Amino acid sequence: MLRLIGKRLLLLIPTLIGLSILLFLWVRALPGGPATALLGDKATPEAVARVNEAYGFDRPILEQYFIYMGRILSGDFGNSLLTNRSVLEEFAARFPATLELTAFAMIFAVALGIPLGYWAARNVGRWQDQLAVLLSLMGVVVPVFFLAFILKWVFAVQLGWLPTDGRQDPRIDATHYTNFFVWDGMITGEYDAAWDALLHLVLPGVALGTIPLAIIARITRASVLEVQNADYVRTARAKGLAPRLIRDRFVMRNALLPVVTTLGLQLGLLISGAVLTETVFAFNGIGSFLWDAIFNLDFPVLQGFIIFIAVVYSLINLLVDVSYGLIDPRVRVS
Amino acid sequence: MSAVNGTDGEIGMNGGIGMDGGIGMDGVNRAAGRQRTEDERAPRVEAGPLLHIEDLQVDFTTMHGSVRAVEGASLSLAAGSTLAIVGESGSGKSTTAMAAIGLLAGNGRVTGGSIRFNGQDLVGLPEAGMRHIRGRQIGLVPQDPMSNLNPVSRIGTQVGETLLTHRLATRRDVDAKVVEVMEAAGIPEAERRSRQYPHELSGGLRQRALIAVALACRPQLLIADEPTSALDVTVQQVILDQIEQMTHQLGTAVLLITHDLGLAAERAQDLVVMHRGKVVESGPAARLLEDPQHPYTRSLVKAAPSVAAVRLAPGAFAATHQGGRPGGHPAPDGGTTGASGPPAAAGSGSTASGPAGAAGAPVPTAAATASGPAVDEPLVTITGLTKVYPVRGGEDFHATKDVSLEIPRGTTVSIVGESGSGKTTTARMLLKLITPTSGSITFDGRDVLDLDRAGLRDFRQRVQAVFQDPYSSLNPMFTVGRIIEEPLVAYKRGGARQRRDRVLELMEQVALPSSMFRRYPAELSGGQRQRVAIARALALQPELIVCDEPVSALDVLVQDQILRLLRHLQDELGLSYLFISHDLAVVRLISDYVCVMKDGELVEAATSEEVFTNPRHPYTRRLLASIPGNELQIDTDVA
Repeated sequence: MLRLIGKRLLLLIPTLIGLSILLFLWVRALPGGPATALLGDKATPEAVARVNEAYGFDRPILEQYFIYMGRILSGDFGNSLLTNRSVLEEFAARFPATLELTAFAMIFAVALGIPLGYWAARNVGRWQDQLAVLLSLMGVVVPVFFLAFILKWVFAVQLGWLPTDGRQDPRIDATHYTNFFVWDGMITGEYDAAWDALLHLVLPGVALGTIPLAIIARITRASVLEVQNADYVRTARAKGLAPRLIRDRFVMRNALLPVVTTLGLQLGLLISGAVLTETVFAFNGIGSFLWDAIFNLDFPVLQGFIIFIAVVYSLINLLVDVSYGLIDPRVRVS
Repeated sequence: MSAVNGTDGEIGMNGGIGMDGGIGMDGVNRAAGRQRTEDERAPRVEAGPLLHIEDLQVDFTTMHGSVRAVEGASLSLAAGSTLAIVGESGSGKSTTAMAAIGLLAGNGRVTGGSIRFNGQDLVGLPEAGMRHIRGRQIGLVPQDPMSNLNPVSRIGTQVGETLLTHRLATRRDVDAKVVEVMEAAGIPEAERRSRQYPHELSGGLRQRALIAVALACRPQLLIADEPTSALDVTVQQVILDQIEQMTHQLGTAVLLITHDLGLAAERAQDLVVMHRGKVVESGPAARLLEDPQHPYTRSLVKAAPSVAAVRLAPGAFAATHQGGRPGGHPAPDGGTTGASGPPAAAGSGSTASGPAGAAGAPVPTAAATASGPAVDEPLVTITGLTKVYPVRGGEDFHATKDVSLEIPRGTTVSIVGESGSGKTTTARMLLKLITPTSGSITFDGRDVLDLDRAGLRDFRQRVQAVFQDPYSSLNPMFTVGRIIEEPLVAYKRGGARQRRDRVLELMEQVALPSSMFRRYPAELSGGQRQRVAIARALALQPELIVCDEPVSALDVLVQDQILRLLRHLQDELGLSYLFISHDLAVVRLISDYVCVMKDGELVEAATSEEVFTNPRHPYTRRLLASIPGNELQIDTDVA
C-alpha cells in the first residue's frame, strides 16, 4: 500500500514539470507578452521595456524558465495583478470556502444519489425507476448556473427560506481561524455562526451537487442491476441469508466499486466547477476569485490555480485508489 | 453414522463432519442406508420420499410473452439417495432444480404442480419460510466456482454466514466451526484459507469452499447444479468424490444436475432425462443407458462422448465417406501403427482407405488424389518450441517447454491438457499470434517465424482458426454473410458478386441455410454460430485450421454434429487440423494423433489408438481415468 502511495506521488513530479512548462509557455505567448498583460494594452513601448527588464522577461527563455521554477519551488507564485497580494495568501483565504462548498455538494450527491440509484434498480422497469431515471437525466441536462438561478429565485428570493448569497450573514460577529466557517463556528462554540454558515451552503451546494448526484444515481443503478443478478448473490440466497445481509454485504459492497471510481473524478471536477456556482451566489471562494482573474488576465493567479488544481486532483485520485484497495481485496494484491 | 432422520435434519450434532467414515464401501452401504432410512420413516405420518416433484410447470415472462421452461416434470428422490437430471442447455433441468429451492430468476414462476419436500409443499411458500429451508435443509453447490463466491468477502466469512444465519454457531465459536467444515470439505490448511479471499484460491479449492458452504448445516438435500463442468477433468473427479463421500457420511440426498450422461450414470442410482422442458424418460441409471426407450435418450446415449468414445473410434466417421484419407500417414515418432490399426479396418472394410495399397485393390485413385505432391513431408513441424514469460521478482514462467510435434498433411493432431498446460499457447504461437522465446515452426517447408511481408500474407491465408466461444468470437454488429465474406474482402478475392456466391457456397458446405445470410450472430444458436466460424475459416481455402476448443461451449448433440462436420470437411477438402481440447472424450472422436501436455511440456505423443489403448505416461493414465463413465462398461448398441 505504501509503495503504491509512494509510486503515485513520484508520478506527480513529471506531471507537474510538464504542466509548469505549458503554463510558462502560455504566459510568454500572451498577446503582446506578459508585460502587456501587466500594463494593459495601452502601455507605451518604454513602459513595456521597463517591465521586461524588471521582471526578467528579456532574458533567454531557458533562463526565465529556471527562475520561474525556482520561485514556484520556494512557494512563491507571485502576486495577484488585481489585489497585489501574494497568490498563496489569497488561496489560503478563499480555498477553505470552496472546499466547504465542494464537501457539502459531494455529501448531498452521495447521500441522495446512492439510495436513489439503489431504489431505481430494485424497482427496475416500474414507475419508481422511470422517475429516478428522469430526475437524473434532468440533473445532467440543466446547466449549473441556470439551476443556481432558479434555486436562488425560488428558495431565497420568493420563499425567503434561505439566504440569497455570501458565506455568512455579515451581521454575525464570528471568529475565523481556519476560514472553514462552519468548522470555525463549531470549535469556537459560536453555534449560531456555524448554523448560519451552513444555511448559506445549502443553495450553492445543491446547485453544485446536482450533476454528480445524477451521475452517481445512474452508475449506482446500473451497477446494482448487474450485481444483483450475479451468481454469488444467488448463492447468498441459497444459503438462506437475510435480505438485509445480502443487500449490504453482497450487493452494495460490490456495486459501490464503480461508484467510488466516479466519486474521485467528480470531486476533481467539482472544485473547478465551483466557479459558476460561486459567482451566482457571490460566494467568496476560489471560484469567484478565479472568475475575476480570467477576465483580467491575472496570470500569476491562473498559473497558481492550475498547478494547485493539478495537485489537488492527483491527491484526490490517490485517495480514491487507496480506498478502492480497502474495499476490493483483488486490487490490494496487484 | 449414516442414520438419517428424514424430517428434522438433526444429524449427530456433536459428531462433526469428520473424515473418519469409510469411503471404499459406499455402493453397498448407501443402498443399505437408504433401505434403513425408508424403514425408519415408514411409521411416520407420511412415508413419502424426501423430495417429490409432481407435474411441475415453470413459466418465464420475456419480452416476447410467456415461455414455458418446464412442462409437467415429475420426479421423486428418497432420503440419502442420488438422482441425476440429465439434459442439454435449455432442457429445463436447472430450472427444475432452482424451482425446488425457490431461486428461479426474477421473471420465472411456478405455474403448476407441486414440489413436496418432507411432505411440505414448497410451491407458494412465502420467502421468509423458504429462507429457513435454504441452506439449512437444502444446500446448493453451483456450477461456476469462479463467480459464485463474493469477491470482496473472506472465504471463512462466507462459510460462517450460513452457520450464523441458521444458528448452528455463535459469534464465539464460528471460526472454529468454519475451519472444521472446511477441513471436512477437503481444504488443506483450512485455517489459513479461511482468511483468504476467493481470488487467492484455485478453481478446485473454490468449489470445495462452496461445498463447505452448502453442507455446513448438514442439509437433508444437496442440489449440485453442474458442480464440476467449469473444472479440469482430474479436479472434476476429486470434487465429485468429495461430494459423494460427504453426503454419504451425512446421509444427505443429492439432486445432481448435469449435461454429461456418463457422469450422471456413474454418480447416481436413478436418472431423469429432460428435453425441452419435459421429462422424456426416467429410471435406474444402468437400465437407461443400456436400454433407452425414448428416441431422445437414445440419441443422447449415442452422442455422449464419454460413453460413446469407447465404441466410436475415429474410423466410424470415415465409414460415412467415400473419399479415402491418406493411407500410410507417418506417425510423428515413427511407425505407421495408426494407419493399419483398428479404425480403418474395422470402420470400413469396403471403402478404399487403409488397405488400398496393401491389397492392391483396383482403386488407386484414392491414394493418388489424396496424397498429392509431398506426402512424406509434414505440413507443420514444430521443434523445441518454448515460451517464457518473465515474472517480476520471481522465477520465470514457462508457458511451454521444448514442445516438438508434427502435423502430417490431411490429418488431425490434437493437443490435450488441462488449463495452464500450455496447449493454447502452442496453438497461438503456430498462428503467429504470439512470438515464441525459442524453437522453430515450419509450415510447408518454410520457417514461420522468419516470414517476410509477402510470406506472412500467404501464411495467414493458408492457416485459419476456429475458437472456443462462438458467442464472443463473431462480431455482433455484422451479418452472417458479412462475417464469412470478411476474409475474402481482406485478401481481395473476386468481385462483390463472386464473393457473394462463394459465401453461399461456404454456407452450404457447413450446412447453414442460405436464409441466414442476413441474420446477426445474436439470432443464431451456439452450433450455428460455430458453423459460421468454420465457414469463415474455410473462406480462403486454407490447408490448416487451428481449432481451439471448438466444441467445448456446445451441447453434446451439437458437439457431435460439429465434430462430424469437421471430419467431413477434412475428407472433402484435404484439410489438416490442430485440435486443442481439454476433453479427452472429444479428442478421441476426431484425432489421428494425440499429444498430451502438462505444465508446458509434452508428456506423450502417439497415434490416437495408442494413447487411448496403451497410455504410457502416468499423467495420461490419470486423465483417461478421469473421463466420467469410462468404467461403466456399458454396451451401448443403440445405433
